[in-house]
Formats: sequence, structure tokens, C-alpha cells
Amino acid sequence: MTVPQVEAFQIQDLNLYYGAHHALHRINMAIPAHAVTAIIGPSGCGKSSLLRCLNRMNDLVPGVRITGQVRFGGQNIYDADRDPMEIRYRIGMVFQKPNPFPKSIYENIAFGPRINGFSGRLDEIVEQSLQQAALWDEVKDRLYQPALSLSGGQQQRLCIARALAVNPEVILMDEPTSALDPISTAKVEDLMTQLKREYTIVLVTHNMQQAARVADVTAFFLNGDLIEIDTTDRIFSTPREKQTEDYITGRFG
Amino acid sequence: MTRDVFHGQLVEMNRQLLQMGGQVQAQIAAAVAALSDRDVAAGQKVIDGDRRINAAHTEIESVCLGLLVLQQPVASDMRRIASTLKVITDLERMGDHAVSIARSAVRLGGAPLIKPLVDIPAMAQLAQSMVADAVDAFVTGDRQRALAMVDKDHELDRIHSRVIEHLQELMVQDTATVPQGIQLLFVSHSLERIGDHATNLGEWLIYVLTGQREDLNQ
Repeated sequence: MTVPQVEAFQIQDLNLYYGAHHALHRINMAIPAHAVTAIIGPSGCGKSSLLRCLNRMNDLVPGVRITGQVRFGGQNIYDADRDPMEIRYRIGMVFQKPNPFPKSIYENIAFGPRINGFSGRLDEIVEQSLQQAALWDEVKDRLYQPALSLSGGQQQRLCIARALAVNPEVILMDEPTSALDPISTAKVEDLMTQLKREYTIVLVTHNMQQAARVADVTAFFLNGDLIEIDTTDRIFSTPREKQTEDYITGRFG
Repeated sequence: MTRDVFHGQLVEMNRQLLQMGGQVQAQIAAAVAALSDRDVAAGQKVIDGDRRINAAHTEIESVCLGLLVLQQPVASDMRRIASTLKVITDLERMGDHAVSIARSAVRLGGAPLIKPLVDIPAMAQLAQSMVADAVDAFVTGDRQRALAMVDKDHELDRIHSRVIEHLQELMVQDTATVPQGIQLLFVSHSLERIGDHATNLGEWLIYVLTGQREDLNQ
């Protein structure tokens, strides 16, 4: 598997503290553009914390302190003059549990572009986003029904479509299939593989087989340290670090 | 998330592999003894005994495939199971070579030999010790012991060349020795091939340990 050479993010000496708790220790890594990068590791290892650093979602946590840099498009997203809202438009997020708005399917997608001042044809963007999220065929005849009437798997793809509607460059996914059945999981995984042509995807997952199936690059975290990052093929066949080997083969964790 | 049950199954897979290795060694020893002792019945017993090795091959193969499907192993676990699938094929082929030696013993029958057997028993000793080294090293992950087989394999090849020369001379001098000479050539060839299969196990061990393929049979 070849990994694109262009880097979407360069993370430099990143430290994260929740109050006195030092949750991420001097992380240095690059995340390739137009690829799926998976972050794996046991609970509490810092993988979700890292993901949330990538679009400043941690800003919302009381007592949080961040040092170091997350360079996106060559500029540190933590620079004082950066607008967190603008960053979150460019770097979208999909969460563990599908969280559609209690509105119609159509309104869920149209919401972001509308408040973003989008002046084009909303119908087009709704259709395009649903197409990209592989949901259009299933919902095209009931766009005005409540989003909450969809199945869990459909709701999650709706959330992905909603993230795509504001035309981001990156989609962060935090355990996006942990609440889904195997068929819905397979659909979301296929979707990631298709979406990486146009977007950069960073995926936090507890499911190592999922990382092995969909990711181009995999990073292993343990106790707030980045232990190893390499091509997924390499991580799952011949990892360099014993801690990685022990974790993925189930010798601890 | 420790996978104790799965890792217990890997230990069991290794135990079965050791057992199969032991059976192969016994078959080689019995085949060469049948030849040295001019014992047709003992040769026939080796031929019949190959069924057990084939059964062990099939059994371990299904254990490996089951582990791949059900446990979805990664990293060194994946390398060990994939290599075990290859190693059992090498062991099964060694068993087939023991059968060919036994067939030669049966064909030669009780007639006196054209020359005393010196080199062939020495080759058989080397081949058996290589099989023991190969299987033990593979199961225990002993890289040094696997690499030590390379010298034994070179020695085996040297004796094999010498046997060819001697038999050639004998057969040129006296054409009556040709039928026996051909059988003894087959035997020498089989023992030499057993050594090559043993070094393959060493190569698979290196793959298990490092993920790299290395040619030990140059």
C-alpha cells in the first residue's frame, strides 16, 4: 500500500493537559492527505484527545491546556489569530453515536451550509452530500421525514453527509461504527475508502480489524505517548516496537 | 483484552508440529535402517507409516486455517501461523523422501550390497539431526540453532557429491552394479533433499522472527 506524500497535518511537540493530568506527551507525527489514518490504542491512551486537538474541540473542555503545534495547511491552528469556527468548518467531525438534529433529513444537511452563508442551490448540495455518503438512494423519496426515523447506520451516514455538506478538507471520525451493526459498519468503511480520494480522514477506532481494513497509516498510542506510526500493512505484519506487537496480538490491554 | 485462549491454541499448534517433526525423524531413521539391515518388511512398514504423517499434515493445516479464520491473527502470530502452514508441507515432503528410501530398500531386497554403506548412514544421521534442529528451532524461536543447520546442509551436499562419484565409478567398472547403484543414488538424493527442506524451516523461522525472507540454501 502506498501512502500519499502530501501531509495534511504536522503535529509538533504537542502536549495536552486536563488540569494536572498530562494526557498527551510531546506528540510528533504527520498525517497524510487523501488517506485514512487510524489511531489505535487502549482506553485512556489519548487517541480521542489527539483527534479532538486536530480541530480544536478540546478548547471546549474546562481546564484544558495545550502546548506545541498542530500545523494544518502550513499554519498552526492554535495561533492566536485563528478562528476555531473556521477551523471546524474545514475539519469536520463524526462521533461515536449518530447525533442527527431533531429535524428532517433535508434540514440536517442544509443546516451547515445555510448558517455558513451558502448562497447556491441547497437542493444540489443536499443531494450531492447524500450521494457522497452513500445514503441518497435510501432516502431520496423521504427527504422531509424526521432524521430520527432512520436506522442507526443510516443516521451515521447522515451525520457524515452533514459533515460533507460544508465542504471540509478533513473528516475526523471518533469510533464512527461502534454503535452500528456489521452491515452498516461495512457501508461506513466502504465510504471511508471512497471519501479519501477527496478528503483526509482520521479515524479513532477500538476495532483493530477496522483499522487494518480501511486505514493506509496506523498510529499506536499508549498512556499518552505515540509509540509507533507506520503504514497499516507494516503495523499489522511487522511492527517495530514490542509494545505495539504486544497490544495488537492481545498480549496485554 | 489479553487473548489467553488464542495463545493457548498456538501452544497446542506448536505441540502438534513437534509431534509431526518427531514422526518424520523416526520415518527417516527407520527407512535407512531398513536399507542397512536389508529388511524388506521394515521398509514396507515405513511406506505404510506415511499415512500418519499425511494425517498430521491435514490436521495441523486445518488447525492453522481455523485460527486464521476465527482469530484473525496479526503481526508475529500471523507470521507464525502462515509459516506453520508452509513448514508442514516441508515436513510432509520429508516424509515422502523417507518413503522413497524405504521403496529402494524394498526393491533391493535381501541381495548383498555392491559396497558397504558408510556415506549413506552418515548422511541419514546428518539429515535426522537437521530435522530435529529445524523443528525445535522453529518452535522455540532459536535463530542460532536454525543458522547452524546451514553448515550441516553443506556437509550433506558434499557427501552426496562424493556418493555420486563413487557410484558412478562402480557402475562404469561393472555394469552388473547398475540396478543397485541407481537405487543408492535415489537414496542419497532423497537424504540431500531432506536437508534442503530442513533449511526451509530455518528460513520460515527467520520470517517469523523478523518478517524478512532470507535464503539459507545457497
